Amino acid sequence: MSTFAELLLNGISLGSVYALIALGFVVIFRATEVVNFAHASLLLAGGYVTATLHDDIGFWPALLVGIAGAAAVGAAVEFLVMRRYRGSDHSVLAIVTIGVDILLTTELTRRIGTDVLALGDPWGDAVLTVGPVSLAHTRIAAFVAAALLITAFLLVFRYTSWGVAMRAAAESPETAALMGVRLGRVSLGAWAVAGGLAAVAALFLTVFPTPGLERATSLAALKAFPAAILGGLDSTTGALVGGLLVGITESLATGYQSDLTFLGRGLGDLAPYLVMVAILLIRPAGLFGTKELARV
Amino acid sequence: MSDVLARDETTGTTRPARHRTLRLPGVRTWVRVAGAVLLLALPFYLDRFWLQAGLFAMAAAIGAIGLNLLTGATGQLSMGHAFFLAVGAYGYCVFAADGGDGLTGLGLPSWLAAVLAVLVAGVAGGLFSPIAGRLRGAYLGIATLALIFIGQHVLFNARDLTGGFNGRDVPPLSLFGLTFDDREVVVAAVPFGSAEKLWYAGLVLLLGCALFARGVLRGRPGRAMNAIRDHRIAAGVMGVPVARYRAAVFVLSSMYAGLAGVLLALVFQRTVPDYFGITLSLDYLAMIVIGGLGSVAGAVVGAVFVSLLPQLLTRYSDALPLVSDPGTGGIAPGEAARYLYGAAVVAVVLFLPGGLVRLAARRRVSPGSGATPGEER
Repeated sequence: MSTFAELLLNGISLGSVYALIALGFVVIFRATEVVNFAHASLLLAGGYVTATLHDDIGFWPALLVGIAGAAAVGAAVEFLVMRRYRGSDHSVLAIVTIGVDILLTTELTRRIGTDVLALGDPWGDAVLTVGPVSLAHTRIAAFVAAALLITAFLLVFRYTSWGVAMRAAAESPETAALMGVRLGRVSLGAWAVAGGLAAVAALFLTVFPTPGLERATSLAALKAFPAAILGGLDSTTGALVGGLLVGITESLATGYQSDLTFLGRGLGDLAPYLVMVAILLIRPAGLFGTKELARV
Repeated sequence: MSDVLARDETTGTTRPARHRTLRLPGVRTWVRVAGAVLLLALPFYLDRFWLQAGLFAMAAAIGAIGLNLLTGATGQLSMGHAFFLAVGAYGYCVFAADGGDGLTGLGLPSWLAAVLAVLVAGVAGGLFSPIAGRLRGAYLGIATLALIFIGQHVLFNARDLTGGFNGRDVPPLSLFGLTFDDREVVVAAVPFGSAEKLWYAGLVLLLGCALFARGVLRGRPGRAMNAIRDHRIAAGVMGVPVARYRAAVFVLSSMYAGLAGVLLALVFQRTVPDYFGITLSLDYLAMIVIGGLGSVAGAVVGAVFVSLLPQLLTRYSDALPLVSDPGTGGIAPGEAARYLYGAAVVAVVLFLPGGLVRLAARRRVSPGSGATPGEER
């Protein structure tokens, strides 16, 4: 039972990190209707900046610079590439983000090489033990940080004028523009926020028990895609639920791997995708996604 | 040739036959004939490196045609193309191997194995049809991402079938008593190894695939597919069975990928699971975007561009600025190629909608008639 509790708690913590990434993904989609396949490379960028700077300026400043850096990369992608597209078909932009992803990922993996970079986090490999259940400090920190950030984001999204502008833009870009919402700024902001959230997620994807930032980290970040999709691409609630579902599934599948050997090793990496396929079979728009209505 | 004859028949039926034979074929025909002769003659002059590079390009072209039918013509974004390539490559190995290396092998005749491998890839695509027929756009793109991970999982774990991490050897193809292996046959004083022989097999396959896809695109199914891409609901109203078409195109596209996988395996002579990862899928998407979405020629041009670029950069890395040998700390040729075609994808979508083939066709076709790339609405 204690194993189960540990796995569940670890899964929730991991899931909250995925939820951070998925949230950024959903924010971009809501604000600009663009599916951002370059999200994993934004995450890698944030992690890389933090990893290279923490020796010189300390961990917390490095983390802040990393967040700012990833936000800047996101904003730059929006400003330099997305904004140049003059057509009306947003799905074409999804293909552009694939091109951007190829560029960014190649550059970052070339810099990282075969190294495993530490991010210099203060938690190390300390473990908190309560009764029979023990949990790494990093996992607790991940959950707390993700919960705080997500709450803050949802409050901002709901009550500030920036959040209202963004929701208005998502609802109807034309009306929003007529009401004085500057759509360019909204989408720039969405990309920057998504980059920042991804940088925080990069930190918690690479701390203990994972070895550190390496080329494969972007593959781990890809798991946020099923999280965003199974919750529903246009739903922030969906991103949270999807993230948790993916995290818990992965954690349980990895934890009980020894009982599932007939399915082969490395099941934890596969489980999120299987859950996603199963959910999409029943609900093609995801759990909380709005069913598409079209007027003919 | 055929358009020349057709024009004659419509302009005058009483024209004497002598007149018809004197008429010179058009420039396009000459270009085509010259291209065909060049392609047929290349194995006599090129060394093995370039022949293999060319064969990769042919295999990639077949796979890209398949993906272009799905993504370009029907608007279904697929990131799982590499999975079907893997099914084709490993399917061929399983059917054709004789089990001598301790791995499962059915020992079928290798031509039959190749056909079965393509069919198995199609079946795999069909099994995915409950998803492929209902999801669209980004949802489908990310759902097909699952295929990559399922594929990698199976490739690394089903050791009996795939040989696990180390992969397995590919038995050579033999057809009508001719074996495509390295036993040299001397043709016109040029020794013919596997690359030279496969070159002709590849050409035939590519031509067949291209013509079939062109037939599909120009006929009734092609119009239905474009209608689904451009306006799904309108297509449904006009009587196109949307879900069935989506699933069918998915199957067809995976069969193309399966054939490309078989050819790739024959060229590589060994299949390893690492090759069939997400990078490969992105490469194929890059090919069709760069070449031009929705057309056969676009897929071929893009495939040649994306698969020859790394080879060119590797071969001439000494002479190029900024590019250095792998492992020396600079930008390796493979990475340089990825920068170039990553940038090409962005540039093409932003500044050259329709891809490289549109560039060549711009003089002939009036602008605006090209298909806009992208998903259905």
